[in-house]
Amino acid sequence: MINRKYFYQGLKSLISSRSPAIALACSFVALGALMHNAGFNIQQSTASSFFTYALPGQLVMTESFLVGSSLINIFLSVWLVNFRLYPMSVALVPILKHRSQPRWKYYLSCHMIAVSSWLIMKDNYKKIDQKFRLDYWLGIGCGTLSAAVISTFFGYLISDYLTAEMMVGLAIVNPVYFLCMMIGAMNNLKITIAILSGGLLGPILYLVTPEWSILIAGIVGGSIAFLIKDKKNGSI
Amino acid sequence: MDLSSNLILVIIVTSVATFASRFLGILTAENLSDKSKIFDWFNCVAYSILAALTARMVIFPAGALLESTFLIRLIVIAICIIVFIYSKKNLVLPTIFSFIFLTFLSNMN
Repeated sequence: MINRKYFYQGLKSLISSRSPAIALACSFVALGALMHNAGFNIQQSTASSFFTYALPGQLVMTESFLVGSSLINIFLSVWLVNFRLYPMSVALVPILKHRSQPRWKYYLSCHMIAVSSWLIMKDNYKKIDQKFRLDYWLGIGCGTLSAAVISTFFGYLISDYLTAEMMVGLAIVNPVYFLCMMIGAMNNLKITIAILSGGLLGPILYLVTPEWSILIAGIVGGSIAFLIKDKKNGSI
Repeated sequence: MDLSSNLILVIIVTSVATFASRFLGILTAENLSDKSKIFDWFNCVAYSILAALTARMVIFPAGALLESTFLIRLIVIAICIIVFIYSKKNLVLPTIFSFIFLTFLSNMN
């Protein structure tokens, strides 16, 4: 059903020197504390991390709930802020696919798509036999999802002991992790241009349209990167 | 509606809205080869979106990070990137360091 060797290999990425565990723990501890203060109970907070498992969406949910937004508004703002998961999953599934793998595993595995797990998979997939990549991915996914859920639980419990300064410290860890991972991923021209143009366009567009800036920056920046490489290929 | 069932509905709505994008991605990619141009475009867009998101988090943060100045965030991040590069791309060190360093700097203010 699931190849254990590859599943454990994926799971082990959490205890390597490139582990996302610290970044996940810090951001979900902060989320647990935030949800505690917002009036969610401990079951609701951990369930939210288990079933949603996407930090920006959960933050939007907590904020929208506090200001009393309607359900439809919460749905739309969460959908918009988490829409990045769509291109991420399209860019992931083809590298996981193998005809020997059953369909249910793909459906299960899509829940585990998050920035940290996605970046690890993109970093390592070439070393894994295509036949077992889905099992490897499930290992990474189960590890990162569990880390997020446990950290939310823990953060909820210790929220009274977290000072305002510690909350600031916790909030920088995730961007630092993403940045380092992306610098590590800049090993070909195309990805480098995609990252640089997205990083540049995102903040500029934020001044014009805060809600849509990330999506538009991603589409424009990604298309620039796509076209540049295309031209080069054509000339060779 | 009482508060507790309202909270559960909010969690369900958030989870469905999030899962929709992931599931739609699986459906789109079902017959896509990793050597196709469309896959390539989606890959570039995904990296670009992540970069835009990260840059936004650092330059225009929301929540707790608003309590720190841009200069302090920049210094912490620059040092963490140096640690990352000089530690043979170790990620545990810069992430732990970023938390300790920014907490310390916030305490000084």
